[in-house]
Amino acid sequence: MISKVMIEKNAYHDSVTLMSLSGKVLGVEGVEEAVVSMATGMNKELLDNIHLLTDEAKEATENDLIIAVKAVSEEVLEETLQFIDDALNKKKSSKKSGQEQTAETLNKALDYLPDANMAIISVPGEYAAREARLALNKGLHVMMFSDNVTIEDERKLKELGREKGLLVMGPDCGTAMINQTGLCFANNVKQGEIGLVAASGTGLQEVAVQIDRLGYGVSQAIGTGGRDLHKDIGGIMMLEGLRALDADEQTKVIALISKPPAKEVQDKILEEVSKINKPVVVGFLDGDQVAVEQSGAVFAPTLIETARQAVKALDSSVTLDKEISETLVNYAQNEQASLQDKQQYIRGLFCGGTLTSEALSILRSEGLAVKSNVAKKAEEKLDNIHESVGHTLLDMGDDDFTKGKPHPMIEPSLRNDRIREELLNEETAVLLLDFELGYGSHEDPVGESIATLSETLSELKNQGRHVSVIAYMCATKQDKQGYQNQVDRLSALGIYVAASNEEASKLAAMITSKEVK
Amino acid sequence: MSQINTLFSQPLKVINIGTSTFKKDLDLQQTEAVQYDWRPPAGGNLELIEALDRFMEDPKVQAANEEAIKRIKDAHPFLIDIDHAKNVIPGMHEKKILHSGPPIAWENMCGPVKGAIIGAVMYEGLAEDEAAAIQLIEKGEIEFGPANEHQAVGPMAGIISPSMPVHVIENRTHGNRAYCTVNEGLGKVLRFGANSKEVLDRLKWIETVFAPALRKALAITDGIDLKSITSQALHMGDECHNRNKAATSLFYREIIDYFLQTDLTADELREVVGFIKNNEHYFLNLSMPASKSALDAAHGIPHSTVVTTMARNGVEFGIRVSGLGEKEWFTAPANFVKGLFFPGYTEDDAAPDLGDSTITETMGIGGFAMGGSPAIVQFVGGDVEDAIAYSEQMYEITVGENTNYSIPTLNFRGGAFGIDIRKVIETNILPVINTGMAHKEAGVGQVGAGIVHPPKACFDQAMIRFKELYEEETS
Repeated sequence: MISKVMIEKNAYHDSVTLMSLSGKVLGVEGVEEAVVSMATGMNKELLDNIHLLTDEAKEATENDLIIAVKAVSEEVLEETLQFIDDALNKKKSSKKSGQEQTAETLNKALDYLPDANMAIISVPGEYAAREARLALNKGLHVMMFSDNVTIEDERKLKELGREKGLLVMGPDCGTAMINQTGLCFANNVKQGEIGLVAASGTGLQEVAVQIDRLGYGVSQAIGTGGRDLHKDIGGIMMLEGLRALDADEQTKVIALISKPPAKEVQDKILEEVSKINKPVVVGFLDGDQVAVEQSGAVFAPTLIETARQAVKALDSSVTLDKEISETLVNYAQNEQASLQDKQQYIRGLFCGGTLTSEALSILRSEGLAVKSNVAKKAEEKLDNIHESVGHTLLDMGDDDFTKGKPHPMIEPSLRNDRIREELLNEETAVLLLDFELGYGSHEDPVGESIATLSETLSELKNQGRHVSVIAYMCATKQDKQGYQNQVDRLSALGIYVAASNEEASKLAAMITSKEVK
Repeated sequence: MSQINTLFSQPLKVINIGTSTFKKDLDLQQTEAVQYDWRPPAGGNLELIEALDRFMEDPKVQAANEEAIKRIKDAHPFLIDIDHAKNVIPGMHEKKILHSGPPIAWENMCGPVKGAIIGAVMYEGLAEDEAAAIQLIEKGEIEFGPANEHQAVGPMAGIISPSMPVHVIENRTHGNRAYCTVNEGLGKVLRFGANSKEVLDRLKWIETVFAPALRKALAITDGIDLKSITSQALHMGDECHNRNKAATSLFYREIIDYFLQTDLTADELREVVGFIKNNEHYFLNLSMPASKSALDAAHGIPHSTVVTTMARNGVEFGIRVSGLGEKEWFTAPANFVKGLFFPGYTEDDAAPDLGDSTITETMGIGGFAMGGSPAIVQFVGGDVEDAIAYSEQMYEITVGENTNYSIPTLNFRGGAFGIDIRKVIETNILPVINTGMAHKEAGVGQVGAGIVHPPKACFDQAMIRFKELYEEETS
């Protein structure tokens, strides 16, 4: 084994680029360890753990790039270093040759685009609040993808935004659609008359996708970041978003999407809802139906219901078919027949946090006892995220899984080891997976996992075993990755691709229930 | 209607701060967007970020900086005389030697500076030979001081000893003066640490023949307008630090007629004007004190974050800031220059960055004006595009644009000037300097030229000090 550690002074690269590069390098045959990262305290620790923290690396600062590789041979090492160099520098040269202008300061960026009206911020959390404040002071609306921003900073920013009449979407806001442009992680959804305000990224994506599938469209989709309904923030952006959509002529129906907020925040939101003249659907997952209905809004307990109710409010003539089809029942029966006695449990490996919550809610309503790392109820909490117990749903995008790694929506391959593990587990009856297409997401999410799925499934087959794999693809037909192609490759392995996260969950419940109705 | 509804009615235009992945998908959607390749401000130092946030929008700082750049721009330097250093430089005496850069003790000096000082001691007749000179210095008989603290500047080692003739520059707008020796030319010269007989003989010739002749010529003039020459030379391909061909020619054109009016013999005349004609860096030793006279006028403005000095002594790089003390230097180890080497030399031969000539960059010319000096690019390495990019980049860290010193290749935009420590820290962009490289051993001479930046630590320290000094007062 041979290793090399290099420090490039003052060579800042963003963490998403570096992490996906590290991922690619680790995938090279003969590479044992690879770290390509800025020399932050955390990354130095990481380096120390793999015994590559040299004295020079210890001295490096957050502005310096560390390239550390351990490989089986000198040849592989040199090739890998060359590969890293190319990957990092190719970007620079292509920048130069195109007429594309890249700014090094906010002022310069504003020189290039004087009438800019939105800033998307994806810098490390400790600096994000400052950049957001600078952008707001320049009169820009802000979307903060960055997380790890303190709640105090979040409140100050949102108060500043409210004072200036500007959007502060986030921190930790993954999805928005403004003027038909998808920001960060968003699907290509038809234009329409339903306005959304969501404190959840994949929740917003799923509602928008389902609206699209029902044949309707979205006017604006405002993300607020997951903590907006926390009592310390008090739903500032959800309230601002609600008012803006109320005033927006394109928007005929408004839908709110969130996990249930604190009581006092819910009261404040519902009070505002009661003043809105347009139909409002409140999709608070596992929320307080009575309180919502008292405000004059329609209550929706799940994401898909939020989409359905919003569509229904827009067009009362629409027929919503919620019945489980006979084909699906037959499918469940067939699957059930091919399971062995020990195979009793659903194992869900999700990339989308709110899709996990929705699945949990649906399985619970089907009478199943489920454990999950997104659970709020004590009895549903999972003790050890690395070990599934009974029916288990995992949000693989949770911080515990993503420390120092990209989110699985960016790098779906991070889920592969666990996919294999759950498939081979003799208690697993159904493996539930989600795939997110759209802007921001991986170019080929299915492609990243297809080999693992196909190999493990045929391994099982050779052992005379079978596990039902049910996938849901949160995507529209228009999404850039090509919906049908993604679906076809899963179908070819005998994987059932459901029409919604709800359908996937219900089908899973049917297969594992003792009798299929 | 809130701004949010206004947004809904406008085309979305995005500044993407951070990962470029999001920008790519905006491009795909044909949404207009600009990528801002963000880096942690202030190198990620939270104390500095706090200091920045405290002073970035401070109106007192803005006003003080406007005043600083007004003074720098308004300064009008004239060459009025040449005289012995001891006669004109305040605080100069028979046993005092000035050097470039921030203060430094003899034992810490770099090779070329030591060599030049030894040469100066012998030149002054204080010692017979090198050994005696060293002995005298080690006994503490010679007082050293930074030229910059004495209204003076010197290229490379920057040595000024009492008998040396210095150009006397008068800033007629503000009334202050600045001083600089006569450029000796290239090859074996004192400023690179050479101190052989040939070097000292040339210095003596400058003192006894050249300076008296120039003095006679200058006495007839009303002063030679250096601002005008600099401004013209910048339109003729000079940046007035490493390229002074045009400026030297313009100076020659100005002075020649006055020389002809003196009582010098034809031979004396040919020898003296030939010295100017044969040294295309003659004007460097006028460009530097001209810049110095403007920047000294801008020093000492309370609340100003404008840099008034950048200088190197071959060991450390030092800066001074207008709103901070007269003798308050912020120093860090000098960087090595990156660039082209003369045949036979490599990076291992070079001394760290050296000399007061960065006074030109502090003024907003030199490296800052490189975009208008395509020819210099061949000298320091790189492409013309790079040079233009450097000049453009400097607007990000400066307070103003000097329309007196405009850059043709930037559509005659006024050059970036008035380096603001706050902006340097916020943007992580360091001033760009183009410079010669001295051999690390005394007397070998120049080994190459290239690009160098000040260490960022100088600016960091200055900002912290600025915060200590002003945070209570202005809050």
